[in-house]
This record gives sequence, structure tokens and C-alpha cells, in this order.
Amino acid sequence: MRKALIGKKIGMTQLFAEDGSMVPVTVVELGPNVVVQKKTADKDGYESIKLGFGDVKEKDLTKALAGEFKKRNVAEMKKSLREVDLFDSSFEVGSVLTCDIFSENDFVDVEGVSKGKGFQGTMKRHNFKGGRASHGSSFHRAPGSMGCRTYPGEVWKGKKMAGRMGTDTVTVKNLKVMKVLKEKNTILVSGAIPGRRNSLVLVKGK
Amino acid sequence: MNKAEQLGLELAQEKKVDFEIGDTIKVHYKIVEGTRERIQVYEGTVIAINNRGVARTFTVRRISYDVGVERVFPINSPRIAKIEITKKSAVRRSKLYFLRGLKGKASKLKERKGRVSLKSIPATTEAPAAVQE
Repeated sequence: MRKALIGKKIGMTQLFAEDGSMVPVTVVELGPNVVVQKKTADKDGYESIKLGFGDVKEKDLTKALAGEFKKRNVAEMKKSLREVDLFDSSFEVGSVLTCDIFSENDFVDVEGVSKGKGFQGTMKRHNFKGGRASHGSSFHRAPGSMGCRTYPGEVWKGKKMAGRMGTDTVTVKNLKVMKVLKEKNTILVSGAIPGRRNSLVLVKGK
Repeated sequence: MNKAEQLGLELAQEKKVDFEIGDTIKVHYKIVEGTRERIQVYEGTVIAINNRGVARTFTVRRISYDVGVERVFPINSPRIAKIEITKKSAVRRSKLYFLRGLKGKASKLKERKGRVSLKSIPATTEAPAAVQE
């Protein structure tokens, strides 16, 4: 069972390590998360908890979402819900989790939705090589041959072609937690994480 | 500046510097040799300060055995133990890259005497209080 919390990407900066070297870090606003629902093996067939993140007023929520909180008597309304593994069976509906479940020098995986890149060609989207720019070449950034001749005589399904790129769910693994700032509900992880600023991320422990 | 950069500055405990472009300074820099730590003094002219948030740096140029040497130090680096100003110079530009093309006497900067620039007083100093004492 892996611990996990929902958070928000704030942006990147740099830290000085003890030996004086600079470390690029991403600032993540993490928690407080509230347990909205607890799923049990008896009732639901598997165990998990549903976490809520992001302060919001009731009037800004849809009735369906607000209903989730009302039905279970959770006082704090939250903007985003996400189901994660049940990593501690002592949690009850309504309990609040903060970023101090992670500690410095832990390694975490961070899941987020990558920035949208729009409609992109094969060179950017799939790292095709393309042709040379000059010396009489008329083959520059085009995808090249794809269906061949008699065999196979068609384009295989799943052939890498141009299209919408980005907005994929991406997980970056093994990022080191550099700092946990409890009073700010913020942690700093080394390196980059997917998504734009203010996008939702899921930080998963080991 | 965004929130993340601000937080980075807070955590780095941003240092104020009281040297200016053209000053000759001594940088006391901690060097780790295996398990031992010692301090090395590097003296030269400040030819550039690059402001990049937490990653602010300054460039110090000196002539060592007839070879021009430039070192770039991060201002907020915990390895800088101390910075001493040994000489102030009268310069008119913020980047002294023209020194790279000059040698010997031509590369000497005019010394500035007696005049204390306002910028060289650290912002934290409480000047009036000192007068009362």
C-alpha cells in the first residue's frame, strides 16, 4: 500500500544542498487532504480511500459533488476528488491528511497531466528523424513511407503519425523529497514534474 | 516573480552584498578535500553581477601567472564564508567585459577614493542608531 496525497504544482526554483551544489526543485502544494470515503472489501470488493483537495465554497460545487460531502457529513468541501490505495486502515471518513506523511529524503513518484502541445508532426511527437534541410533535399519533416507496396499494402493499425500531443497522464518516478514545509502545506521535490503551474498532481510514496 | 521563486529565495536566506562592479574583492571560499574543509581566498575584480533570483551570481576576474582567470560564484552559496572589499574603482558600466581584451597597465581601473556609494551600505544597517551611540 503506497501513501499518496493530492496536490498542486506551484512551479520550480533552486535549492542549495549542504555541499553548496544547486539542486533544481519543484514546489508542490500538498494537502491538506480530507478523507471523503472509505471503500471496504466487504462492500466494494476492494479497499481504498477517496481523498479531497482544494478549498472551495459549497455554492461553487455541482450538486452531485457537494452531495458526496453532505451524504457522509464531511464538513470541509473540496474541489477535487481522487481515489487512492488505503495506506492506513486507521483513517476514518473526515480525517485530514497533511504533507508530513512524507519526510525529507523520501523517494516519491509524481503523477500529473502533461502540458498540451496541440497538433504536432511526427518529428516532435514521435522523435522521427526527418530528412536533411539542404543539398537539394525535398524531404524535410514529412513522416515518410508507411504502407509499402503489395505487402502489406495498407497502413498498420497504430502506425505513429502526426496528431494531438501532450495532455497525457505522466508519472515521474523516484524524485527525492528535498524539503517538507508543514506550516505552508508544501513539499519540494527534486527535478521536474509533469503539467503546467497550478495543475493537479498526485504524489505517491514508496 | 512567481510563488515558487519567492519560496526559493526565502529558503536560500538571500544574502545582501555590499560590493559593486569594479571592486577588487577577496572571496573566502570553502573547499572540501576528502573529509577536510579549508578556506581558499580568491582575489580579483568584480566584472559582472548576474541577477537570476536565487541563482544570482557574480564574476571575479584576476590575472594569474599572466593568464586571465574568471570565476563565477553564486551569491547565495553556503560555501562563501566571507567577502572582503579591498579596493573600489570608478567605473561607468555594469559589465566590465572590455577588461578581457586589455593587458597590463591598460587593464587597471581608476581607483575611487573617499567617496562612499550609497549602494555599498547594506540595506540592513541602521545608520541613525549608530550616530546616537
